Amino acid sequence: MPTSGERYDVIVIGAGHAGCEAALASARMGCSTLLLTLSLDTIAYMPCNPSVGGPAKGHVVREVDALGGEMGRNIDKTHIQMRMLNTRKGPAVYALRAQADKVLYQQEMKKALENEPNLVLHQNMVEKLLVNDGVCEGVLTRTGAKYYSTTVVLTTGTYLRGKVIIGDLTYESGPNNQQPSINLAHHLHDLGFETVRFKTGTPPRVNKSTVDTSKMEIQPGDEEPRAFSYETTQYITDQLPCWLTYTNEKTHEFIRDNLHRAPMYSGVIEGEGPRYCPSIEDKIVRFADKNRHQIFLEPEGRETLEMYVQGLSTSLPEEVQQSLLRTIDGLEEAEMMRTGYAIEYDAIVPTQLWPSLETKRVENLFTAGQINGTSGYEEAAAQGIMAGINAARKVQQKEAVVLDRSQAYIAVLIDDLVTKGTNEPYRLLTSRAEYRLLLRHDNADLRLTELGYQVGLISEERYRRFVSKREAIEQEITRLRNTTVKPTEQVQQLLRSLQSSELDNAVELSKLIKRPEVKYAHIQELSPPEKPVSPEVAEQVEIQLKYEGYIKKSMQQVEKMKKMENKRIPDWVKYEEISGMSSEAREKLSRVRPLSLGQASRISGVNPSDLSILLVYIEQGGHTHASG
Amino acid sequence: MDTDTIAAISTPVGEAGIAVIRVSGPDAVRIADQIYQGKSSLSEADTHTVHYGHIIDPDSGEQIDEVLVTVMRAPRTFTREDVVEISCHGGMVPVQNVLEALFSSGARSAEPGEFTKRAFLNGRIDLSQAEAVIDLIRSRTDRAARVAMHQAKGRLSQLVRRLRQDILETLAHLAVNVDYPEYDAEELTAQTILERSRHIKEEIEQLLQTARQGKIYREGIATAIIGRPNVGKSSLLNALAHENKAIVTDVPGTTRDVIEEYVNVRGIPLRLVDTAGIRETEDLVEKIGVERSRQALDEADLVLLLLNYAEPLSEEDRKLLQVVRNLTAIVVVNKTDLEPQLDLQEVKESLQDIPLITTSIKREEGLDRLEEAIADLFMEGRAPSADATYVSNTRHISLLKQARQQVEEAIDGIQSGVPLDMVEIDLKNAWQTLGGIIGDTVGEDLIDQIFSQFCLGK
Repeated sequence: MPTSGERYDVIVIGAGHAGCEAALASARMGCSTLLLTLSLDTIAYMPCNPSVGGPAKGHVVREVDALGGEMGRNIDKTHIQMRMLNTRKGPAVYALRAQADKVLYQQEMKKALENEPNLVLHQNMVEKLLVNDGVCEGVLTRTGAKYYSTTVVLTTGTYLRGKVIIGDLTYESGPNNQQPSINLAHHLHDLGFETVRFKTGTPPRVNKSTVDTSKMEIQPGDEEPRAFSYETTQYITDQLPCWLTYTNEKTHEFIRDNLHRAPMYSGVIEGEGPRYCPSIEDKIVRFADKNRHQIFLEPEGRETLEMYVQGLSTSLPEEVQQSLLRTIDGLEEAEMMRTGYAIEYDAIVPTQLWPSLETKRVENLFTAGQINGTSGYEEAAAQGIMAGINAARKVQQKEAVVLDRSQAYIAVLIDDLVTKGTNEPYRLLTSRAEYRLLLRHDNADLRLTELGYQVGLISEERYRRFVSKREAIEQEITRLRNTTVKPTEQVQQLLRSLQSSELDNAVELSKLIKRPEVKYAHIQELSPPEKPVSPEVAEQVEIQLKYEGYIKKSMQQVEKMKKMENKRIPDWVKYEEISGMSSEAREKLSRVRPLSLGQASRISGVNPSDLSILLVYIEQGGHTHASG
Repeated sequence: MDTDTIAAISTPVGEAGIAVIRVSGPDAVRIADQIYQGKSSLSEADTHTVHYGHIIDPDSGEQIDEVLVTVMRAPRTFTREDVVEISCHGGMVPVQNVLEALFSSGARSAEPGEFTKRAFLNGRIDLSQAEAVIDLIRSRTDRAARVAMHQAKGRLSQLVRRLRQDILETLAHLAVNVDYPEYDAEELTAQTILERSRHIKEEIEQLLQTARQGKIYREGIATAIIGRPNVGKSSLLNALAHENKAIVTDVPGTTRDVIEEYVNVRGIPLRLVDTAGIRETEDLVEKIGVERSRQALDEADLVLLLLNYAEPLSEEDRKLLQVVRNLTAIVVVNKTDLEPQLDLQEVKESLQDIPLITTSIKREEGLDRLEEAIADLFMEGRAPSADATYVSNTRHISLLKQARQQVEEAIDGIQSGVPLDMVEIDLKNAWQTLGGIIGDTVGEDLIDQIFSQFCLGK
């Protein structure tokens, strides 16, 4: 056990999906790290759905892995099924999703933490941060122990003043009846942090032995082996299916009859809930003309019969939930094992953060995960790894790592949060990304592994493998650009078999592969490379050439964006003294304090003329500063 | 940070026989060269040289205007970037057409004060001018904001909003297909998107059509000056013409006689109807009679009714007041330099919403207020006839063309089998471009649309 008064480089508070990544990143970057958690039994706990990934979220897991994080590796070891979604769409939106064995996921993550050399894992509740003159210097626990550090990462999830709501029953609690964190919430207030009250919810769980799956559609995993991590070589082949059923008119009528008992409508809930995660009662009210809603039954693990009822998030009273379940096909006899509930909690207004995730108010304090107003394990892990990297870099007296929106979904997430804030729990969607075509599932390593290596999270060995893959892609693309095929009978026959038009003249392979029906395998057939390329290399070659035009178009937009991004806003700027700027722009700019003109341009209410005025002001001041 | 090329008219419209369009930026010479036809290409021209030639419409290939083009290469220019200045014949039509041709070829409309801003940022102008630059940006933006506000209420903006909503719904549907692949929303097919895109393109075409026909942009606001004999119609005409200087038009067949029919009042082109009649008889009403003049008045976008301050209201005056009540009109009570005989109260009561201005044209008093009133009428949204869906603004035209191009790219993409989630990129661009017309910035609209249109959740 760490003794009171002990000193670390980095202290991480909370061992959820954000905290685990933050602590591992910091420890792996060579910083002595203390990870404090309320309970060692809830490390990397999944209080809601038993799945990881999906569109945008799956992209993030790949990115975390490409940077050297743990989530991808961990789910690869502990899933019960995996599916690639959107395979009939373009490669930019292919999305991998896994169903997790929740308990196994926790155990594996705990093992990873325990085995990390620079990491001390300890169970204790933090009640206060030790803040001296606006600088965070450590933490004070409920047991009275004080631990000191250069930087602190705070990842409180939904524990801050957590309140569970079921019908008209409410009680103070963290998720799944964990103890809530009350004193720390008040302490953050005392430190001057502005907070909001958010709400989220979870559906009931049922016992599989009481579920009649013969009335449902089976949802199996993919037969082709899948993995999130670029490092995974061993695949799980034994998969469990999920099941699909639907609500019906009986369900809807029953809910309507009991609406007056729903806390959403009786006024018990004050917190702002997410639109993308409405409770079933909310769906029935808002989409009254829809006569059925999908319900997925998802196993919570291999060693349990407990099943998650996706689509039925609710905070109706317990007995209503039980009866409600039984109106659904296949759930007539279902035995409810856990009751669904809504939970309210404090989140800090994320515009109080720098893009590094350090708070503006308290130096050396970083926050990550649901405390920043997000929702989702993946969103939490993404912030966790970035906060961990930057907390460690601050210790190492190095500049913070801030990704840009053309580099990663992680950047889209963090930039949205710190620039625009959010008035509901924030979930990533592919439509939030401007450069979706560049931020693909397949190329996360090409986007981020170099960076992961530079900060010290990618091993030499992994980096060498990565570099040789990158080179192989470039070589093969060059070869296809420089190789032509003539309209020989072999070529024409192949094209005919693909229902593609025949060649009139010789054509470069790089052009031929642009035809929608022509795949890399066909090219390989016509003109095999000297050394056969790996499937990963072939995939990159095909995507990069096939969609070259669209990729170029996106790159041009990125160039424009970068110019704005590269124009830094110096810290001596005083918005209140800039005349001519609209008062809305002035107020928002002084609150967010954007670091670049690009960031400033994304604040709603700041228009181009405000930016022009700001630019002129900076240039003017710049001259004054230089000469004076 | 500015690497795009901007263009704008740099002389006040109508103030001279020649108008100068300035183009600045790295591609200034290349862009100008694309629409220029002369002895040799501008790209080969030495810096600070002048070239005679013609500007060609890139769409139709027709000659737009006979011009002198000055090529000035960086850094010895106002903005320290490559600059091309095109001197055209001053009329509204050719100048706007040349500008449009530049936009079609890759230049974008300069923001207010942008040339000066670039000059400043490139170190060309001196520090003491920085404040002035800010004032310039601010003041012009205020005006632009007022115009935008007016347009926000207008028909063009309604049409653009509807169009954007169409695109937005399609985008939201595509987004749901991508972000919630298992959700039971109908999967949009290439065929559906193709049909919707074609429909959107047609709508944009129609808007551009109105631009071509845009009455005000082409012809100015048809303005009739009416009133009893000797009330000062001719003097008013002369005063307006004198004050604002006549616009030289290049409409074929026009002579110097009709040139003075066009006057530019605070940027608004007025075409004075039946000016000759006024000059010859000094009385349009008398000549054609009140009944017949009604017809002429119906065709006018703006009626200026003159009353005599020095005489009591006559029966004819009352009839005319009756007539103009349902028109876009301004009542001008002239000759305030003389003893008042007119019952102003009675006039005001019969006017309802029609503005009343008092002037003494002889003493040059009140003309400012009249111009103000005209400007208000046509800038604040109470503008005239039903066919006035003005796509008259060159910036709007260039944005519409850009949006059309983006929708065309979407259509091409679908037809060549590109995945729909990539086609979405083009549609989203078109949606954003159209947003530029009504001043909408990027917001959460799409996300909002997704969650109001579809029922999603865990």
